[in-house]
Amino acid sequence: METVEQKSIILERDADSNLKNLSDWNKEVAVELAKEEDITELTERHWLVINFMRKEFKEKGDAPSIRRLTKESGVETKELYNLFPKGPAKKAAKIAGLPKPKGCI
Amino acid sequence: MKKLLILGAGTAGTMMLNKLYNALDKNEWQITIVDQHETHYYQPGFLFIPFGIYSRNDVIKPKRDFFPSGVNAIIAQIDKVEPENNRVLLNNNQVLSYDLLLIATGSRISPEETEGMKDKLWHKNIFDFYTIEGACALKNFFKHWEGGKLVLNITEMPIKCPVAPLEFVFLADSYFTGKGIRDKVDIHFVTPLPGAFTKPKASAILGDFLDKKNIKLTTDFSIGKVDNDAKKIISWDEQEVPFDVLVTIPTNKGDDYIKRSGMGDELNFIPTDKHSLRSEKYENIFVIGDTTNLPSSKAGSVAHFQSEILFENMLSFMEGREPKEKFDGHANCFIESGFGKGILIDFNYETEPLPGKFPLPGIGPFSLLEETKMNHYGKVMFRWMYWNFLVKGLELPIESNMSMAGKRV
Repeated sequence: METVEQKSIILERDADSNLKNLSDWNKEVAVELAKEEDITELTERHWLVINFMRKEFKEKGDAPSIRRLTKESGVETKELYNLFPKGPAKKAAKIAGLPKPKGCI
Repeated sequence: MKKLLILGAGTAGTMMLNKLYNALDKNEWQITIVDQHETHYYQPGFLFIPFGIYSRNDVIKPKRDFFPSGVNAIIAQIDKVEPENNRVLLNNNQVLSYDLLLIATGSRISPEETEGMKDKLWHKNIFDFYTIEGACALKNFFKHWEGGKLVLNITEMPIKCPVAPLEFVFLADSYFTGKGIRDKVDIHFVTPLPGAFTKPKASAILGDFLDKKNIKLTTDFSIGKVDNDAKKIISWDEQEVPFDVLVTIPTNKGDDYIKRSGMGDELNFIPTDKHSLRSEKYENIFVIGDTTNLPSSKAGSVAHFQSEILFENMLSFMEGREPKEKFDGHANCFIESGFGKGILIDFNYETEPLPGKFPLPGIGPFSLLEETKMNHYGKVMFRWMYWNFLVKGLELPIESNMSMAGKRV
């Protein structure tokens, strides 16, 4: 099991190295998780996506796919890839403290 | 008299029609099936058409050949389903009411979802092989092609038959070797996945096959658009892959009537209970095959395994009992690997493809995750089984839920 030291808290991870316990997440943890994905700064646009993902997860029990993100969050696919290079849905879910979306098989 | 309505007469719908027809009391249940096409396509055969292995006639038969007499079959497009009113509206203005609805309208390609895909190079230098038209157009192109950059690209997941793109490049390697121009053809497999396949163990083994066959692999590539003039595909994060011929697996979606009915997710697939195969929202609607949003492969073998579970669950529903049988996500895929050989994989929701023997432990005759001639014969034989057993709803000698027997963990 991978763990990460975060302000003297050891945060448990799942097999995809996403947070195991949703309740471990807060804004500072998000900043640290973003650094692991080589995102040095979380801008307002990042937060818009992160908050949208958390809201969707709470309502639907699964993090949204890129397609759903684009359609519902108001952030275009192109920008999503700028904000979260390579895999927006996968990376944003991780930073939001959620498990990897089921759609990302 | 109660009414059972089946939407879609493809692999899954036809199988279920035959199973239910044989089981139901004709004085109690009236069965109607609706489809927009007269022709039944053996879709696994499309893969072989570009390489001249099968022709059009090998993969088509009239749908009516598989409908039992006495079934009300309607050839028409579906306008929409009104689940609250228990009825379906057709484009020919017919209105069909139902007591029990089974949806099996499948999945289709939507090249128009990607900018520049269905443009001036469509079916000239850009081809799909998930339609009979695309497969035949590609066959004609390959016949006279003298070589260059052959790029296979998967747009996004999920897609129907997730092994077909791999089979395509394996067969291309074999085909161009046979034509004596393999050294003039660069084969490049470009996928949005982190590896050659969706499941980690099989992905590593299949990735090795790509390597061995001198097929280039690019992963984590999410196509944003096609540049028709420069002949290249461009990802959302600005990676570029040039092509002389692009074989694309476009976005897969459920039929548009599902959107009009407000019953689907963002790709028009219907939220379905992954064990009972009942609609998550409507008690008297069941869903089978590619139309579901299940996290299982969209493939004929999966529809077949689902059909046995669903059959029991629909009978339970008709008798007023709770549907209790549980589908486990079982998939079984013969992967053509070229040069008269094949690879076989067998897996479900929980267990990824593992090596071993199938279906008889230690004996086979088929070998899991290995390349053998026998696996190829399995695939060849399957077309005959499909027309003569599978779509007729007859039993095949394979369990519907996956077995661990014969597998090496």
